[in-house]
Amino acid sequence: MSWLTEYVRPKIRGLLKREVPDNLWTNCESCEQMILTKDLHKALNVCPHCGHHMRASVAERLEWTFDNGEYTRIELPKVPVDPLSFRDRKRYTDRLKDERAKSHLDESMVVAHGLIGGQNAVVAVMAFEFIAGTMGAALGEAFLAAARLAILQQSPLIVFTASGGARMQEGMISLMQMPRTTVAVEMLKEAGLPYLVVLTNPTTGGVSASFAMLGDVQIAEPNALIGFAGQRVIEDTVREKLPEGFQRAEYLLDHGMLDMVVKRADLRTVLAQLIGQLNFRHIARPAA
Amino acid sequence: MHGRENSLRENVWLACRLCYRQRMRQFLDFEKSVAELENKIDELRRMSGPDGINIAEEITRLSEKADRQLRAAYAKLTPGQKVQVARHAQRPHTVDYISTLITEFSPLAGDRLFGEDKAIIGGIGRFRNQPVVVIGTERGAEIETRLKHNFGMARPEGYRKAQRLMKLAGRFGLPVLTFIDTSGAWPGIDAEARGQAEAIARSIETCLTVPVPVIATVIGEGGSGGAVALGAGDRVMMLEHAIYSVISPEACASILWRDPKQAATAADALRLTAQDLLQLRLIDRIIPEPLGGAQREPQVAIRAVGDAIAAELPALLAKDPALLKAQRREKFLAMGREAVA
Ligand SMILES: [Zn+2]
Repeated sequence: MSWLTEYVRPKIRGLLKREVPDNLWTNCESCEQMILTKDLHKALNVCPHCGHHMRASVAERLEWTFDNGEYTRIELPKVPVDPLSFRDRKRYTDRLKDERAKSHLDESMVVAHGLIGGQNAVVAVMAFEFIAGTMGAALGEAFLAAARLAILQQSPLIVFTASGGARMQEGMISLMQMPRTTVAVEMLKEAGLPYLVVLTNPTTGGVSASFAMLGDVQIAEPNALIGFAGQRVIEDTVREKLPEGFQRAEYLLDHGMLDMVVKRADLRTVLAQLIGQLNFRHIARPAA
Repeated sequence: MHGRENSLRENVWLACRLCYRQRMRQFLDFEKSVAELENKIDELRRMSGPDGINIAEEITRLSEKADRQLRAAYAKLTPGQKVQVARHAQRPHTVDYISTLITEFSPLAGDRLFGEDKAIIGGIGRFRNQPVVVIGTERGAEIETRLKHNFGMARPEGYRKAQRLMKLAGRFGLPVLTFIDTSGAWPGIDAEARGQAEAIARSIETCLTVPVPVIATVIGEGGSGGAVALGAGDRVMMLEHAIYSVISPEACASILWRDPKQAATAADALRLTAQDLLQLRLIDRIIPEPLGGAQREPQVAIRAVGDAIAAELPALLAKDPALLKAQRREKFLAMGREAVA
């Protein structure tokens, strides 16, 4: 337990700060119909007209995934800030400060544990709202902490991915998170614990080519963009029109890269069933 | 048998190619004054008859001057210049390392799933008598070999072949030597359709889990995920002027500076040189290159790489496989955890 108390002190019980919607109405970005914002939230940010899955914040994701929206966030290990003293048009340290103020998040991954269908689970959620969910050292440490916590609790790890790729401002330290997060997946495998990946829109680059593709079960949300290379890069390279639905969840399902595409409304049930079945040997049997 | 013949033919062809490349030296923009001096030397050589004593002295003087200039230029290469050197067309490629360092080489092909991707070549052979499995990205040197090897940009088949070869090495206790020289994985429709991301992820996983030593050497350009797919080894070494980066400086400049002309600035900021990466403790060893870079004396560079592998291999081979794997894992876990100057 010393590791837990040292590294992953429970931090905030319950909800993350949730944005109060300013607008009464929201436009669906797919069918352009007007939706009462209150109704949209009730519908898990899925358009009631066309079924389009809009982006979810970290807070929403955690709330929807855990039983009764209750969970315990863990404090994540600190990593050296701005290891390269990187500066593009803006200092990286300033960019981090601004992003933190804007998103109310420390970094691009949040880790929490709680119950899903009455079973313990650790959930790691990527925050696309934080520098496009890019992967740097903090994300690598967060994912490792999530895996360690799952092993400590003998519970499954579920990750919701959303990423534009590498955190360029961390250079090769960012690239090295690909092997580092892969080590975390290996630790779960060796502990015999289920590792489930839910790919959400968009999951690309280094995240897609490491822990996001190594799940025991690969799930995606409808129409999520999933791929290694960016679409513009591909178009510029092959000088061909991209096929209809290219790099979308259904395309990956057709090409054998996913187990299932699951609507947001069904996700919690599917996850609860899968962890109950896969983690069968670690779940205590009820007393006779 | 067939493979042997092929490799023999490749050897002969390679020898021709190396001497051809030696004759027609290609200079980089910052080597202009050296190029002028060497042209002058060539001219003098052509003029010199049997009694050309004075000319010989002049040639020696100019050669020394060219060497001094080369030494000065290469002692303070900027990251942007290193990018140019790392991509120099006349640097030795994976095929050259294999033909020089590996004996009894049998090339192995195919992923057993879909196809054969020549952007990643590999096989079994002996490195200084030790049986090994070799895997590397190959860019090709002339137009037809570049096309054949797809400029070193691998498709999923290539990474799956690499996995197959690493697992083969693991089963028979053979160490794995990888050579990395790629601008990155192939960004094509076909590659995405067949699961480029998964192929790279599994390749990294395989590097990390094989129960045999994995020594990765970046011999030119280490481009992003396509490079790390063969680079998660017990030892990661880089040639002195090689680069290894999360993104090409050009692409980084386009995205972060919104100006591809800022590539040199991005190259600076990304800390992609072997010297930077050793300081950041992300690589384990720098292999010195001959004066003026590996492209000037490929055989010297190849031998230096061989010596570096030979220096690392015995200690790794002596380790218990479980310990080897645990230490490989710890090495990656330690990266970036502590601030290094
Ligand atoms: Zn809609």
